Amino acid sequence: MRVKYVLSEVLVGLWRNVTMTIAMIITMAVSLTMLGASGLMYRQVDDMKDLYYKNIQVSIFLKTDVTEEQREQMNAKLNADPLVSEVIYVDKAEAYKRFQEMFQDAPDLISAVKEDSLPPSFRIKLNNPEQYKIIYDQYKDTEGVDEIIDQSRLLDKVFNILTAIQNIALAAAIVMAVAALLLVANTIQVAAYSKRREVAVMKLVGASNWFIQAPFVLEAVVAGLIGSLLALVALIAAKYLLFDGSLKALEGLLSPVSWGDLLFVFPLMAGVGGLISAATAWTTLRFYLRV
Amino acid sequence: MIQLEQVTKTYPKASRPSLDNVSVSIEKGEFVFFIGPSGSGKSTIIKMLLHEVAPNKGRVVVNGKDVTSMRSWKRPHFRRSIGCVFQDFRLLPNRTAYENVAFALEVIGKTKAVARRVVPEVLELVGLGGKEHRYPHELSGGEQQRVAVARAFVNRPLILLADEPTGNLDPDTSIEIMRLLDRINRTGTTVVMVTHDSNIVNQMRRRVVEIESGRIVRDQARGVYG
Repeated sequence: MRVKYVLSEVLVGLWRNVTMTIAMIITMAVSLTMLGASGLMYRQVDDMKDLYYKNIQVSIFLKTDVTEEQREQMNAKLNADPLVSEVIYVDKAEAYKRFQEMFQDAPDLISAVKEDSLPPSFRIKLNNPEQYKIIYDQYKDTEGVDEIIDQSRLLDKVFNILTAIQNIALAAAIVMAVAALLLVANTIQVAAYSKRREVAVMKLVGASNWFIQAPFVLEAVVAGLIGSLLALVALIAAKYLLFDGSLKALEGLLSPVSWGDLLFVFPLMAGVGGLISAATAWTTLRFYLRV
Repeated sequence: MIQLEQVTKTYPKASRPSLDNVSVSIEKGEFVFFIGPSGSGKSTIIKMLLHEVAPNKGRVVVNGKDVTSMRSWKRPHFRRSIGCVFQDFRLLPNRTAYENVAFALEVIGKTKAVARRVVPEVLELVGLGGKEHRYPHELSGGEQQRVAVARAFVNRPLILLADEPTGNLDPDTSIEIMRLLDRINRTGTTVVMVTHDSNIVNQMRRRVVEIESGRIVRDQARGVYG
């Protein structure tokens, strides 16, 4: 009977002030969507870093007039270098072949480039991609070296952008969470006011504190959980529309968002939504009902 | 049953204490009036017995429990042994007489089955048999106060506190309520009533404790209003 009483009070409470309840749920949902997106992004960036850094290469382009001797010396030095895990030599012919493959859609460009004009290069993989600077300093003045290009420099830019977006989403989540929090506090105050007579009688006859507070706290928790469900729906929609839709072209670049990832962020959103609502409601009641 | 030992209470910002070194002892089964002019500190005593207000000095003991040192989380359980009636009835307007009384039982964890057995009994006792399903606005002031008394008594408390229970009622109705409180007192329940209704005090001829400016000026076993 007590459980039934509490549950029916929760439903009545949510319905009594339905516009406020909706406002509370929407703000909560937006905040949690941002939080979820940020969480997904965190995993994405991690996955992508793993994927890219594993395949990352430093390209040491040689001058087109490099001598056989210089090249051999270079090769020996690189192979002996403890920082380097793998060395591949790309000669002029190989470079041209790769060029042809890369620009097969632009035959004009291919015909404009002579087979002889592309520089040979060493493609090296580092044991630790972060140590690029050492390699750069070591080889930049070696005879026959034209230019050293580190792909991870480029990737860092991409990752910086992703991290920035992630931080923006997190900041938006926090701002919205504050708004949601204030709405929860307000809703609970209104609910407590409209039930002030019942609460006064309950306190008078000795109803336990949890029994007085439970309907209010659960009201907020239910709103928080509905908000997190809506946030999950929003993220699923985003997956369909963005990743499987307009961003499909970038599939090779972005690692796909799996259902597993979504299931991983849902408990996060539901937990945060539920706990924050409960804590806010409880704190509000401490001040408002003084139970 | 109830002891106040040298109790002093000064509200913040008040120039003089509401209760000034007050000592009273009330035995089990007694019927006691606290009388005195408005602002004399009578209602502060009720609030203290309910653990709503704590004294600045002295000790308050109710049912053998020291209320002065009681932690607030113990208050709900403590209150279940005390019934309380007020001048303004404090009924829930959207519930019937039956539901108002049953509410008091249900919120302290009693089942609906218990309520179905006990509530009609207590409504019969207060003389509201047949009016169980009336809403407060369909009842007269006296009948509303009877519902309030039924709600206070349904849990069979050891003590019944009444804060000016006849303050809103006409003399005839007041006397009916007093008869009811007297009947409850005869079941062994200690009744403490705050009032300034001289008529009633004079008719009942029970113990009278008179308070003036926070001090006890009279404590008489079979007193009149004076």
